[in-house]
Amino acid sequence: MSKLVGAVAVAGGGVAGIQSAIDLANSGLKVYLIENSTSIGGKMAQLDKTFPTLDCSMCTLSPKLAEVARHPNIELLTYSEITGIEGEAGDFTVKVKKKATFVDPNKCTACGLCVPKCPVKVPDEYNEGGNNRKAIYLAFPQAVPRVYTIDAEKCLYLTKGKCGNCAKACENDAINYDDKGEEIEINVGSVILSTGFEPFDATQLEQYRMDHPDVVTSMQFERQLSSSGPFEGHITLSDGTHPKRIAWIQCIGSRSPEIGRRNCSSVCCMYATKEAMVAMEHDSELETTIFNIDVRAFGKGFEEFYQKAKNEKSVRFINSRPSGVEVDPNTNKLSLKYEGEDGNGTCREEFDMVVLSIGLTPSKSSKQLVDIANVEMDDLGFVKTKIDCPVETTRPGIFVSGAMQAPKDIPDTVADASGAASKASSLLSSERGKLVTEKQYPTEKEITDEIRTGVVVCRCGINIGSIVDVPDVVNYAKDLSGVVFAKEEVYACSSDSLAGIADLVKEHDLNRVVVASCTPRTHEPLFRETLMEAGLNPYMFELANIREHCSWVHQNEKDKATKKAKDIVRMSVSRANLLQPLYKEKVEFNNSGLVIGGGIAGMNATIDIADKGFHVTLVEKSAELGGLLNAYTKLQDGRSTSEVLEPIIGRVRSHDNITLMTDTELVGLEGSMGKFTAHLKKAGVDEEIQCGVAIIATGANELVPEGYFSYGKYPNIVTQSKLEHMIDEGTDAKDIVFIQCAGGRNNERPYCSRACCTVAMKNAIRLKEGDPDRNVYVLYRDIRTFGRWEDLYTQARELGVVFMRYTEDKEPEVGEKSIKMYDSLLNMDFDINYDLLALSAPLVAPETNEGLGSLFKVPLDSNKFFLEAHIKLRPVEFATEGVFLCGTAQAPKLVDEAVSQALAAASRACTILSSDFLETIGNVSVVDPELCIGCGRCTMVCPYKAPELKEVVVETEEITYTTKKCEINPTVCKGCGSCAAECPTGAITSRHYTAPQIMAVIKAYGEGL
Amino acid sequence: MMTDKEWTPKIVAFCCNWCSYGGADTAGMGRFQQPASTRVIRVMCSGRIDPLHVFNAFLEGADAVLVTGCHIGDCHYVNGNEKTEVRYQFLEEMLQQLGLEPDRLHLNWISASEGERFANFIKDVTAKVKELGPSPLKPAGVK
Repeated sequence: MSKLVGAVAVAGGGVAGIQSAIDLANSGLKVYLIENSTSIGGKMAQLDKTFPTLDCSMCTLSPKLAEVARHPNIELLTYSEITGIEGEAGDFTVKVKKKATFVDPNKCTACGLCVPKCPVKVPDEYNEGGNNRKAIYLAFPQAVPRVYTIDAEKCLYLTKGKCGNCAKACENDAINYDDKGEEIEINVGSVILSTGFEPFDATQLEQYRMDHPDVVTSMQFERQLSSSGPFEGHITLSDGTHPKRIAWIQCIGSRSPEIGRRNCSSVCCMYATKEAMVAMEHDSELETTIFNIDVRAFGKGFEEFYQKAKNEKSVRFINSRPSGVEVDPNTNKLSLKYEGEDGNGTCREEFDMVVLSIGLTPSKSSKQLVDIANVEMDDLGFVKTKIDCPVETTRPGIFVSGAMQAPKDIPDTVADASGAASKASSLLSSERGKLVTEKQYPTEKEITDEIRTGVVVCRCGINIGSIVDVPDVVNYAKDLSGVVFAKEEVYACSSDSLAGIADLVKEHDLNRVVVASCTPRTHEPLFRETLMEAGLNPYMFELANIREHCSWVHQNEKDKATKKAKDIVRMSVSRANLLQPLYKEKVEFNNSGLVIGGGIAGMNATIDIADKGFHVTLVEKSAELGGLLNAYTKLQDGRSTSEVLEPIIGRVRSHDNITLMTDTELVGLEGSMGKFTAHLKKAGVDEEIQCGVAIIATGANELVPEGYFSYGKYPNIVTQSKLEHMIDEGTDAKDIVFIQCAGGRNNERPYCSRACCTVAMKNAIRLKEGDPDRNVYVLYRDIRTFGRWEDLYTQARELGVVFMRYTEDKEPEVGEKSIKMYDSLLNMDFDINYDLLALSAPLVAPETNEGLGSLFKVPLDSNKFFLEAHIKLRPVEFATEGVFLCGTAQAPKLVDEAVSQALAAASRACTILSSDFLETIGNVSVVDPELCIGCGRCTMVCPYKAPELKEVVVETEEITYTTKKCEINPTVCKGCGSCAAECPTGAITSRHYTAPQIMAVIKAYGEGL
Repeated sequence: MMTDKEWTPKIVAFCCNWCSYGGADTAGMGRFQQPASTRVIRVMCSGRIDPLHVFNAFLEGADAVLVTGCHIGDCHYVNGNEKTEVRYQFLEEMLQQLGLEPDRLHLNWISASEGERFANFIKDVTAKVKELGPSPLKPAGVK
C-alpha cells in the first residue's frame, strides 16, 4: 500500500452506520457519514419498542443520534448519495452527490415557523403514509441534523413557481430556492457499506389485499403503536374504531422461493410477537393471532419472550400460513383460511385487522451501491462475505455491516458495525489522529466570588414571542439576585446570536449565563460550546426551557405562560448562581489488553487488538487453541473447521503484539478500566499482568444430554458434534434420526440454542449426499434456520430428509431400536426404526462463569451466560467500563456471529486503548471523607461499581484507628447521582446536581408562589 | 385578587434528563396543552431525587409533587429508577403520616416519546389536587 488516508466513508446512517461512525471517530479517524435521506436514524427510528425487553426504541437511539451530531470527528452528509468509489484499500476517492435541500443549514434553527404556512400535504414516510407532512419538513421530531428540507418534487414554488410562503415565514432568511446541491469528492482509506434493508413491498402479492385499508404492513402497524405515530399510539381501523381481533401473517416476502425471496428474514417472528404484546398493553381485551410456519425465536431471551407471549399473554400462535386474505364483497370484512392444527382440517376466521409481517429485502439503493463499490453479491442479493470474515467484502478495504450482509436484528447489526469499524481501523491504525484536529479554546477565566449572571431570553421567532411577553420576562430577570445583564434575542441559537453571547460575556464580565429558550436536550451542547469559545467553563451555563415546557403547552393562556416563564427563569438563575466550574480529569492508563478464552471469538478479538498496535495477552485454560469449534469438523458452508482455525491459530502464535498463555487460568483481578491487575496461574506458578481493558470470550459447551431421549442408555445415541466425526470416519448407519431441542427449550433450560438447527441441516445434508439411500428423519419443534441458512433447510428437504414435528407435551419416546413419535401436523402416531440417533443438544454456559463474573463484577443472565450492558445497543459491553464480552460467552451463536462480536468487542476496547489518556466526565460524584461513615450503601446502588470502600487510618488527637471510607473512581462514574441520594450523611456530592443547587431551585420555586 | 374558584394547584415535577424530561419536551413538540400548574426540576436520573427534595418542595408551598423517570428497564443508568421506587415507598409512608392526601404525591414512568402521556398526567393531577384544595403543609400567606 503506497498511501494510507486516516479517514473512512460510512455509507448509510441507520443504527449500523451510526455505530461504525462513533467507533471510528472515537479511535481518532475522520469519518464521513453519508445518508440518503434527510436524517440519520434509519429504520430503528421508526420502531415503537424493541424485542425482547420492550424498550422504547427512540429512547435508546436518540442519545446516539445526538452523539453523532456533535462529534468533532464526524462529518455528516445527509440527503447525499455515493456516485463513485475509485482507488484501493488505504486510498479511495469517493464521489458524493449532495442533493439540494433549499434550506441553508447554517441559518435554519428548526424553529418550524415555515411548516404551518406550507399549503402542500405529502404522505409522511416516517409514519408509513399514516398521515401527512408538509413539503417543507423535518423527517421526525428527533431528526439529526435539525435542519428542514424542501421536497423539490412537491413544493409549489419549485414545481410551479407559485407560493413562496416558507421564505416569507422564515425570520432567519434560511430558504434558498436556488439551491442546486453539489458534487464533492472525499479521500478516505476505507469504506463501510451499511445501507441496510428495504421492507418487502407487499402490494406485489395481490392475494394479501393491501388494497383493503385494514390490511397493513408490520411497519405501518409499528407506527400505529407509537405515541408519536399517526394516531398517537391508538390502533385505529379505517372506520375510526379500534380493532378487537388482529391477525399477523408471517413470512410475507420471506421463505417464499416462488417469488424469488428464499431467505428467512430473521426478525419477523419476534417483531410480530412484540407487536402483539404491545397491542395488548394498549387494549387488554384484544385478541391476537400469529399465523406462522415456524416460530423463529432463536436469539438471546427470544424463546422466553415467545413462551411468555403464548402462555401468559394469550397470544395465539397457529402453525399455518394462510395463502391470502379474503374480503367479503358485501360486508368488506376480512377473513383468513388456514389448515388447523392437530389435523382439524381447513378453518376460517374473521379478523378486524390483518398485519402482514413483511420481510427484509436488499434495497434498490443498496444494489446500486454494491455496483458502484464493485463488490460481489450472493444469490440472495446480500453482500457476499465468508463465515470466518463476516464483515469483509470481496474488495479489500471495503467492509459491510448489518442487514446489507444478511437479514438480522439490531444487536447483530450493532456488533457487525463495530466489527466493520474495527477492520477499517486496523487497516488505518498508523494514521490515527492525523486527519482530526482538536479545537483550541481560549484560556478559561478565573471565577471570582462575585456572581455575575447574564440572561438571554429567546423569542424563537413567534414560537415563544407570540405567547410569552418576552420584554416583561427580560425586565423581570434584570432584578433577580446575581443578574447583571439581561436582553432578548429573536433566535438565541443562530450563529450571529451565539457570537453575540460570547461578546456579552466579555463586555459585562459575566461568569454565568442563562439562556431562556428551548430544551437543553438539544441545545445545551451548543451553548456550552459558545461559553468555551468565550473563555468560560462550559458548566457555568443553564438553559431555562420556556418553549417546550411553556409557550408550546399554554398557547391559550398567555398571562399564565408569561408568569410561568418568569418562574422558570428565576429557578434557573438561582441554580446558575451556584454553578461551579467542572473539569474533565485526564488519567494515565495502561493501553494493553487481556482476552480470556482462546476459541474463535477470543482469537479474533486478540488479533484485532494486536493489529492496531496494542499489546494483548491471550489466556486459555486448556492446552489447545480453538475452543468449541474443535468439537466440530465442518462449517455450514462446507469448509472444514481446521481450514478456518489453522491460519488464525498461526497468527496468534506468531504475532509480535500477542503474549499467548495456554494452560493458564485467571484467579484474581483488581482495579478498574485503564488499570486492571490480573493474577494468572500457569502450572501452579503465579503470574501478574497489568492491562487497561479485558474481553471475556470464555465460550460455551455442548450439553451432554444425559437423561434425555435415552442418551447413555443405548450405545447408538450420540450428539451432533460426535455425529460429525462419525460422518468423517464413515458410518454404515442406514436409518438415522435427529431429535432437536434435546435438553433445550424446557423448564431447566428455557432458551433456544440458536445454532443447533443449522448444524443439524448441515449434517443431514452430508449424510444424504454421502448415501442417498439412507433414511434421515429430523424430529423437531420449530426449524430455526434463520437468515440465509433457510437454504440448507430447503436443500435438506429436496434431498429427501423427512421432517416430523413434535410438541413439548408429547415428546418422542426412544426405545433401543425404534422411536414412538406423534406428528402434530399430521395428527398421527409413528414408529420409526433407527440404527443411529443424533441428539441436537443445546450449548450451555460453563460452570466457571459465576467465578469469573464475580472477579470482574459483571452479571450473568438467568441461563448463566454473561449479561451485556444493553441487549440492543451495547451487545458486547458490560455496564462495568473497560470490560467486554463476545462469542458464545454471551449466548449460543454461529461462527460468523461469534467473529462479528469478537471484532466488535475489539473495536469497543480499542476506542479506549487508542486515546492518549482516559478522560472523566465533569459531573462525577465525590466523597467528603470527613463525613463518610463507611456504610457502603453507595457501593450497593451504583451500577458501575464506581464507589469502593477502602481501608484508611484515621488519626485524631486521642486515638488512631483503622476504618473504611468510600472513594469514587472518577473514570467509571457516569454522574447519575444515585449515590448522593442514598448517602445517609451527605458525604457524597453529585457535582452539577449538588444538594445546595437543587435546594436553591426548590427555594426559588417557593418565592414565586 | 384571585378568588378560591380560580385557584390553581402549584405542582413540582422532578424529571430525569433522559426520559420524563424528554416526555415533557415531546408534549411541547406535539402542542399537547396542559394546565400551567407545574414547574419542572431537572435531574440527570430519578435516582438522584432525595426524599428531602420532595419534603422541601412541600414546605415551600407545593400542593403536589411528581417524581418521574424512565420506565423500569429503560433507565439510562441501568437501574436508577429501581432505587427511586424504593425511596418512593418510604416517602409515601412518611407523607401519609404527616397527614398529606395520597393524591399529592405521584410516581410515574414516562418515556421521551410519551408527550401526550405527560400532558394527560399533568391534567389529571391538577384536577385531582384542585378538588383537594391547598396543601396543609403550605407556609402561611402562600396561595
